[in-house]
Amino acid sequence: MSYSEADLMACAAARQIRDGELVFVGMRLPLLAFAIAKRVHAPSAFGVFEAGIVRDEVPRAALHTMGDGANVAGAAWCTSLTNVMSLLGRGEVALGMIGGAEIDRRGNVNTSYIGRWEHPTVKLPGSGGGADIACLAQRTVVILAQERHRFVERVSYVTSPGRNLAQVVTTAGLLGMRDGELVLESVHPGRTVDEVRELCGWDLRVADDVGETPPPTAEELAALRASDVQTAEP
Amino acid sequence: MRAGESVALGLCLEASIPFALGHELIRQGTDRLTLVGPISDMLFDQLIGAGCVDEVVAAWVGNVSAGLGHNYRRACEHGEPRPLRVRDHSNYSLALALLAGAHGLPYVPTRTLVGSDLVESGGFEAAEFEGEPVVRVRPLRPDVAVLHVQRASADGLCHVWGNLGVAQEAALAARAVVIVAEEIVPREELVADPNRVLVPPHKVVAVAHEPRGAHPSPVLGCYDRDHAHFAEYHRRSRERADFEHWLDEWVLSVPDRGAYLRKLEP
Repeated sequence: MSYSEADLMACAAARQIRDGELVFVGMRLPLLAFAIAKRVHAPSAFGVFEAGIVRDEVPRAALHTMGDGANVAGAAWCTSLTNVMSLLGRGEVALGMIGGAEIDRRGNVNTSYIGRWEHPTVKLPGSGGGADIACLAQRTVVILAQERHRFVERVSYVTSPGRNLAQVVTTAGLLGMRDGELVLESVHPGRTVDEVRELCGWDLRVADDVGETPPPTAEELAALRASDVQTAEP
Repeated sequence: MRAGESVALGLCLEASIPFALGHELIRQGTDRLTLVGPISDMLFDQLIGAGCVDEVVAAWVGNVSAGLGHNYRRACEHGEPRPLRVRDHSNYSLALALLAGAHGLPYVPTRTLVGSDLVESGGFEAAEFEGEPVVRVRPLRPDVAVLHVQRASADGLCHVWGNLGVAQEAALAARAVVIVAEEIVPREELVADPNRVLVPPHKVVAVAHEPRGAHPSPVLGCYDRDHAHFAEYHRRSRERADFEHWLDEWVLSVPDRGAYLRKLEP
């Protein structure tokens, strides 16, 4: 079965979810990852949505936003943002998935400002719940495109600190944290280590045991293709 | 609502955003506002582009299904149409700031934001408690909180369902609450389920009946999100001149919500 770069990224993120865990879920790839995990290897995982929703089943229609009615339908708990954030605050959320515009060597993510925050050259939308997830989830997965201008020695603004970072899922490979520094742990099929290093703005360390990212299994792809878990694109 | 006030709105995140009220603020030229809200799916961007806003206190400003808010960017990067102060929050810190405001507390300590640059740009205080780093979140007490609800009674009771975001915290933190309701129902229907009444009625200073007043955002049980409308706004706000045309077409030349709905579905 053929698959896209995005399919592989969703499957890689899904593999970070363990059965029974509370997972802070965002839109698009994280939602797909949650859907795959629920169907393949983590049927008892819970999805936590910051708008105030906890789900123990995958939404049955495409979502554009977590506030769509389809995300409330069948929810296990519909409540306030403050209440779902208490799950983070108390340390009950095992895994959170966030995106970002920039990431640095130490896993810090910027979704706020390019340039000095007092006089930014680019104003990005901001933290949303990203900083909360990064600070308080037991493990964080960051999903972003492997591009040289996004992988920088030092982000211009730390929105989400990297201290709980477990994995970075990119368009080219998977990076993990070792001794407080991002290290290339696997490259996606068709990519090379040199290529990924070239797409990184600092001298990226490569794990001794660097391998190839396992491609999606037939079961993962079937879960991904199920029409009711597709994330709608604008 | 008056120029210079702080207004909390868009409190259920992507759902039930009071666009009708926001557009009326623009038409009345209510300016120098401080906007308070977690993520604001597009309405903050419109108010900023219309020149109504001096300050934003928020975790995220943009267009959820499309990304960046073009007017927000122009205001932050170039001061267009006027300079904008931003007080950065995360969703959790904004909820705690409203909770502190609601409870009359001087601050709330939290473990979120420890190590984040939000501490500096958002004006938080890094501190220590029993050897552990914490962040002190100052209270927010908006002048007005706006709630778009499914149903209300004329005397200020309201029922809301769906994800609640920070609606209750904001309403309790605010000096006054304005309710915009899809439906006005007899009081008896609301007191039949007082658990679902979101705020005590003494806080409510106005109830407006405005069906589809949250379009293009969704209201659970009433209507879905109009994704195409968000996408169109994103395209047409990319350039300032195009945004001005959009604003004229959908806000300034539309006298009220009824006319807006007739324009939407002729």
